[in-house]
Amino acid sequence: MTAIPFPEPRADVLARRDFLIAGLSGLVPPACLVTSEDERRAFETDAFTAYRRVPLAVVLPETTAEVSAVLAFCHQHRVPVVPRGAGTSLCGGAIPQEDAVVIGLSKMSRILEVNYPDRLARVQAGVTNLAITHAVSADGFFYAPDPSSQLACTIGGNIGMNSGGAHCLKYGVTTNNILGVTLVLVDGTVIEIGGEAMDAPGYDLLGLVCGSEGQLGIMTEAIVRILPSAEGARPVLFGFGTSEEAGKAVAAIIGAGIVPVAMEFMDKPAIDICEAFAKAGYPMDVEALLIIEVEGSDAEMDATLAKIVEIARKHGVKRVKESRSAMETAAIWKGRKSAFGATGRIADYICMDGTIPTGQLPHVLRRIDEIVKHYGLRVANVFHAGDGNLHPLILYNVNDPAEAMKAEEAGNDILKLCVEVGGCLTGEHGVGIEKRDLMRHQFKPPELDQQMRVRAAFDAGWLLNPAKVFPLEGRV
Amino acid sequence: MITLRRPRNEDELAGIVREAAGIVREVEGLGASLNVQGGGTRAGLGRPGNNAVTISTADLSGVTLHEPAEMVISARAGTPLRVVEETLAEKGQMLPFEPMDHRAIYGTNGEPTIGGVVAANVSGPRRVVVGACRDHLIGVRFVNGRGEIIRSGGRVMKNVTGLDLVKLQAGAHGTLGILTEVTFKVLPRPEATATMLFEGLSEADAVAAMSAALGSPFEVTGAAHLPAGMGAERARTLLRFENFPASIDYRFPALAERLQRFGTPKRIDKAESEQIWVAIRDCRLLAAPRDTALWRISMKPSHAPGLAQALREASSGARLFLDWGGGLLWLATPASGDAGASAIRAALGGKGHATLVRAPDSIRAAVPVFQPEPAPVAALSARIKASFDPAGLINPGRMHASC
Repeated sequence: MTAIPFPEPRADVLARRDFLIAGLSGLVPPACLVTSEDERRAFETDAFTAYRRVPLAVVLPETTAEVSAVLAFCHQHRVPVVPRGAGTSLCGGAIPQEDAVVIGLSKMSRILEVNYPDRLARVQAGVTNLAITHAVSADGFFYAPDPSSQLACTIGGNIGMNSGGAHCLKYGVTTNNILGVTLVLVDGTVIEIGGEAMDAPGYDLLGLVCGSEGQLGIMTEAIVRILPSAEGARPVLFGFGTSEEAGKAVAAIIGAGIVPVAMEFMDKPAIDICEAFAKAGYPMDVEALLIIEVEGSDAEMDATLAKIVEIARKHGVKRVKESRSAMETAAIWKGRKSAFGATGRIADYICMDGTIPTGQLPHVLRRIDEIVKHYGLRVANVFHAGDGNLHPLILYNVNDPAEAMKAEEAGNDILKLCVEVGGCLTGEHGVGIEKRDLMRHQFKPPELDQQMRVRAAFDAGWLLNPAKVFPLEGRV
Repeated sequence: MITLRRPRNEDELAGIVREAAGIVREVEGLGASLNVQGGGTRAGLGRPGNNAVTISTADLSGVTLHEPAEMVISARAGTPLRVVEETLAEKGQMLPFEPMDHRAIYGTNGEPTIGGVVAANVSGPRRVVVGACRDHLIGVRFVNGRGEIIRSGGRVMKNVTGLDLVKLQAGAHGTLGILTEVTFKVLPRPEATATMLFEGLSEADAVAAMSAALGSPFEVTGAAHLPAGMGAERARTLLRFENFPASIDYRFPALAERLQRFGTPKRIDKAESEQIWVAIRDCRLLAAPRDTALWRISMKPSHAPGLAQALREASSGARLFLDWGGGLLWLATPASGDAGASAIRAALGGKGHATLVRAPDSIRAAVPVFQPEPAPVAALSARIKASFDPAGLINPGRMHASC
């Protein structure tokens, strides 16, 4: 696929490659600079693998001071910079360009401080999401946002994309769980945003930086909120005869004043794919499956689940299956969180990430089915039902260019549909390059210009991750 | 002379801003700047302004969307907070962040508006657990300093499409645009509430007890400490539960057992419990006498006991209490000199931030009302202000002299 254009590489930068590499080699230890073509190729793409560009060089700094020095150097010589965590972006957020220096944070992966009385942890940007939870779980705490890639993805990437996960219905997304960051600005200036104290006055730069996709600076450290774990958690499987019934049950549960920690939806194709992979005991004779998780003591969970089961029965639930052990719980979540990987075993796919008002679920699911059929393709639907964040997986064959193009077009139609019904292009994966050229479907020109003017307050010269987020035409 | 304009809709408002922008361009230094006013109940917050035109959002009013099953509500900026809360309550829902009502401390009348709540990022005791106003704000519409109507975010709770201008508007005190509509994610209203009360704890013990409670799985939704003399003879440490009744009945003794070393707590239920949290939320305990200055100080909870001690030593008349498990300190000081600004900020030593919430105009004009920012952050903030409002038309100087 070559449909999404990249900016033309800056010829003056390419021409000065040797000079630039010599300069970079004076700023970081030799082991932290990647210049050979073979090794640079390892950084040419991320989890949006249909697009790839080999970068000019890759720097893997070990300290904030090194990040600062590299940025100052690149700024001085007008070299684009692409930040990178673990490279798990599904929207091409970490894909480089030929004239760019990649700054990878993988060597900055330490947990610097855990503070239980103040319920916070100070970590370097390259630490993985799950490593934070692992560091505090023995003491009864966890870090809440749990994207499916949490084993690999980094907190820096999570902040860059404002990542979500299955449990945001109760615990919010990344922006709600970060207290502060150390941000290196494009000219190398190091600033602290937010901090250990809540609600710093002044403009909410922390909120602005969350989800800014590496356009405003490079994060090197973060202070994150850690939360006490619930006494217990129990997922329950609810199988329905139709997606519509499942959708109505979700609305009725929330309407009844119950907010489960998670409400995940899978349609029949997704159930088949995930069950074959995880052997989670998902019911196979239903068209739609909800995984609903509640937390608390056993008695509290029993009480809440009784209410949920009653509502589900009113909406024609066919199967109800409670997890009765930690192993069953793990298998149920393994199936859901492996949905993308398991799908990858049977076909290539592109994963959409639009969000819709949950009241539109039945309509949108019908339309998705029609759109995908129109292009002669298949789709598996997994999504966060409580918050309307959809993940249709459009299946195709990557070696068939015509089919690949159709998959991309079907994806675009689905995202436009999400915007039409009052939702948005992306709920948690980010815009990246993937959805960049759809931004004009969601925003009017003055709105996009306003965002770009804010961006310019940080990087007027378009050096930071410049191929992403904003359409290449009409930039401010 | 101050002119009052009351636009009836967003387009009319955009026209007024464009008109003002034109005047500024034509006559340099005319000062056609705009002061944005909601209900006027928080007019004393921020640096005093001297603007030619006041824009009232009073006629931009009304709930525009409430979908209980999606836990979302939208309202025009001038909608009274009361109307938003009543609309939610009818369906058993609430604004999770429990916005403070500033009328008690300012002695103002009128109706706080939902736009004012957003502009000042106003939150209450529940903030420590569920997050602030900005955490629940998912969409805004506003008119920027160019007179353009801008939307950011929307009505869905997960949205990472483009830069998050929603968060920027929360707490910007109207300096980045005039809000016309705001959208929140909301929560079900709990069936019941109860408060656990420990008496006679020192500040160090109180913060330790609050940290233990907030670090427990029992979902405490408020944690405050009122020192001796603050409404009662003995110091009171208060922990709030909100849930269905059987859950509270289970969690109360379970937490009491964990906090055994702090003594045997009392249980306060229903109206009495609700009243005490309203008093804490609205800072009623320090509202009188009205001629004292009021500070709102944020720090990490473990710093609170030492800071409280230092503040008492620095100012003999200082009275204070703690909310947010020790993360928020309300402080009353004599409203003379700099109202304690330099001593307070020195005591903080860069480990938090102090906002001068109440003081006479003369003091708020002379003392930085909000914590001064390091030079590179202040420069960024000024560039962000200019990106929304290049002519510096809207609420100029309300936060800092430069924004």
